Amino acid sequence: MLMADHEMKTTAPDTGLRIKTEIKVQDPSAAVPAGGAPDIVCRNVNLSYGDNQVLHDVTMDMEDRRVTALIGPSGCGKSTLLRCLNRMNDLIDNVRVWGEIRVKGLDINSPTTDVIEVRRRVGMVFQKSNPFPKSIYENVVYGLRIAGINDKATLDEACERSLRGAALWDEVKDRLGESGLGLSGGQMQRLCIARAIAVEPEIILMDEPCSALDPIATLKIEELMYQLKEKYTIVIVTHNLQQAARVSDKTAFFWLGRLVEFGPTAEMFTAPRDKLTEDYITGRFG
Amino acid sequence: MERHHFEAELQNLRNQLLTMGGMVEERVHRAVHALVHRSEEDAKRIIASDKEINDLQMDVDNRCLKLLATQAPLAVDLRLITSAMKINADLERIGDQAVNVAESVLVLIPQPPLKPLIDIPRMAGIAEKMIRDALDAFVKRDAELARDVLRRDDEVDELKDQVFRELLTYMMADPGTIQRALSLILISRNLERIADHATNIAEDVIFIAEAKDVRHNVQVDKP
Repeated sequence: MLMADHEMKTTAPDTGLRIKTEIKVQDPSAAVPAGGAPDIVCRNVNLSYGDNQVLHDVTMDMEDRRVTALIGPSGCGKSTLLRCLNRMNDLIDNVRVWGEIRVKGLDINSPTTDVIEVRRRVGMVFQKSNPFPKSIYENVVYGLRIAGINDKATLDEACERSLRGAALWDEVKDRLGESGLGLSGGQMQRLCIARAIAVEPEIILMDEPCSALDPIATLKIEELMYQLKEKYTIVIVTHNLQQAARVSDKTAFFWLGRLVEFGPTAEMFTAPRDKLTEDYITGRFG
Repeated sequence: MERHHFEAELQNLRNQLLTMGGMVEERVHRAVHALVHRSEEDAKRIIASDKEINDLQMDVDNRCLKLLATQAPLAVDLRLITSAMKINADLERIGDQAVNVAESVLVLIPQPPLKPLIDIPRMAGIAEKMIRDALDAFVKRDAELARDVLRRDDEVDELKDQVFRELLTYMMADPGTIQRALSLILISRNLERIADHATNIAEDVIFIAEAKDVRHNVQVDKP
């Protein structure tokens, strides 16, 4: 879908010549691409665990229907920032967040904001796949049941749509009643993605979604991400720089809780502007 | 964290390009020397030894491919390795052009000299210095020196035009000079191409050092 928007086919005026010219617009921004507007807006986001401040004045926008990768060494704050985006840090004691985070205009840290609603709109996929000890079907529709939906036709439809969306349908359609725990690691991770998209979120957060997977399963998830970004805004934390280079549109490099550099991925990986970024991605850190 | 192994590989790659650069520069020098001093032996040696350069070219490409496949280089490393492949091709072509000069020398030697050689040795001197400085800039990642190399390309082009003009007058005055004049024209053309290859190398050096693509007179930031 996204690609189609960038391709413009033009046919030369009929001059009697049987020549057709096909022009592919090289620069996606030259056409009118879907998405790209600021979807998640972070303004001076700070976070501390007790006296330990781990995020410092992070200001960045994650764009609509784009993949934003957060990279940096362990402890740089990238996962912490990711968890801020659906208020997962609320579950930790002594956490204090200040600054502003807006998801599609909604101030998610406002006292009047319903955290359940935030997490429905901002889905999350974790490093270790965590299917429930239930059937594949029940795993997928879990969120809908929690929301009080029990109509079988609705659930069936949501189950198939979500499993298709997670590129898992063809592999499991004949055994939806079997346990989700019987799937392979890569399938379990895609099951978790299906569960995340079943509740129709607008944003999907991924925290090292492939770090426990083999290269083939990893590539499947990455392929899936290309499809998912047609509909969803994706923010991914990854330690795998090649993965960030492959899947993301923009990359943010964090160091010691600060955003060091944020830019188009191709630029970050061929010509980073900051020496710290350069040292990190070329493996000459520290 | 240091990547000692990778660093060592990159250094080997740089060294190998330097070696190759020294070899082709010397061949250009000897080819023009053979022209001026009418040395058939030198010319033949240049032609016979082209394989050394070709072998080096393949070896450098293999190294680069291996580094791309195994080290997943990024940022300046990625620019270095992809540019090294291009510099490699330019150096090999310089070697070929030296062979072309040597072949023309072999055509010229049996015949009496057409005229005293002034502009062609001067072109060769500039082109050789361009190769040397482009590689020096490559090693030092010196974009300023590389830009200086770019500027010198115009001098070589002007000398080539001058040689063309002059030899044209010889040919018009006496068709008996045509074969010799054409050989000299080809040689000046070879030297001009050599300077172009040195220019390409200098452009690659600027890309490595500053991530700017200055080819084709467009000065834009990459990507």
